[in-house]
Amino acid sequence: MQLVAPALAAAAEATTPGDPSVPILPHLGEMIFGIVVFAALYFYVAKKIVPRLEKVYAERRAAIEGNVEKAERAQAEAQAALEEYKAQLADARGEANRIREEARQQGAAILVEMREQAQAEAERITTSARATIEAERTQATAQLRAEVGRLATDLASRIVGESLHDSARQSGVVDRFLTDLERSENAGVTSR
Amino acid sequence: MSLGMLAAAGGGEGFEAPGQDIFWWPLFGTSGAFAVTRPALVLVISAVVIAVVLTLATRRLTVVPGKGQMLTEAGYGLVRNSIAREIIGSHDFLRFVPLLFTYFTLILLNNLFGVIPFFQYPTMGRIAFPLVLALVVFVIYHFLGIKRRGLGGYLASLIPPGLPGWIKPFVFFLELITYFITRPVTLALRLFGNMFAGHILLVLFITGGEYMLLHSHSLGLQILSIPTFGMGVVMTLFEILVEFLQAYIFTLLAALYIAGSLADEH
Repeated sequence: MQLVAPALAAAAEATTPGDPSVPILPHLGEMIFGIVVFAALYFYVAKKIVPRLEKVYAERRAAIEGNVEKAERAQAEAQAALEEYKAQLADARGEANRIREEARQQGAAILVEMREQAQAEAERITTSARATIEAERTQATAQLRAEVGRLATDLASRIVGESLHDSARQSGVVDRFLTDLERSENAGVTSR
Repeated sequence: MSLGMLAAAGGGEGFEAPGQDIFWWPLFGTSGAFAVTRPALVLVISAVVIAVVLTLATRRLTVVPGKGQMLTEAGYGLVRNSIAREIIGSHDFLRFVPLLFTYFTLILLNNLFGVIPFFQYPTMGRIAFPLVLALVVFVIYHFLGIKRRGLGGYLASLIPPGLPGWIKPFVFFLELITYFITRPVTLALRLFGNMFAGHILLVLFITGGEYMLLHSHSLGLQILSIPTFGMGVVMTLFEILVEFLQAYIFTLLAALYIAGSLADEH
């Protein structure tokens, strides 16, 4: 109290407000100065500096969000590509199956055709062989018949003592005999 | 008898210890309420420096910051994220960021001027400047509170809920004193007192050391001047810490008071 009272009194009577003797009494000029300078700086900071800095903050946030979005898009693209590959793979597998099935069918068809061809060929060969054999048999039969006739006539000529060839050929005895023989043979076959 | 004279008397015959008179430094008009004083000039210079530096630092801002931008953003981010967003909340902190950023930069630079050569004057060691800054917050947080609840609702909201009826008038009285006197006064005086005392301490060590070295004509005192200067250096480093801390605390408390007026509960 002893300190403050004279100090306040001194301030009240002082010709110099803000006198150093009372440091906690504000100097009016300095207060006005202070509020003006503070207000000026405040408006400058609020109108110019902070908007600039906030813009960068917003841009940075946008950039980060953009990157995230980009990554998500890339992932979606990769996913889509994977799906596509899978689908293609499935297609290819189906295609391969189809081709294999087709080939199998074709193979079977070819096999059947070949078999038919072979069978036809075999039949053809058999047929022609049979025909050849028939022809040869006919020929052999004819030759045999001539031979048998000649031998029989020779034998008879030896027995008789003279050549019977001319008369035998003329009368057709041998032929008639053989024909009879054959007929009786055939009759025996059919009767059996 | 003034405090200055007391201090001078205590200083003995030869050495006059620094008193509060070292802060009274009129430049134009040697006396009177409207004398342009040295701290006023320092304040103007600081505001211009802040405006120019911030303008240059934010002229070409990029998403990926360079060195200068990183420093600016570190300071801005401290105020914006660590103080404003943490305390006021992400809903409406953004409109108070310019105010808090202005507080922080202006107080910090003016405090640092206390140890920067050629300025060497802590502007906030003059009560007028912290007082004005505190009054701005004072007006803002009352205005916000009254705008939100109306005058009656605002005054009623000062009483914490859930108190017994008979104690309410006392609590109301205490809260009234807190909101209308304690807060602005302590806000201003804390900053003022720290800068004022810190500066006097620095001046004491340095002028004292100088006096012992040059004017004492005594070998013992001349040798003692070396640790005195040493203490001056140590206290200067300590002052830098205090200067930063006080700027931070003032901004923090301003944000707290504003947040209190915006919050739903007491």
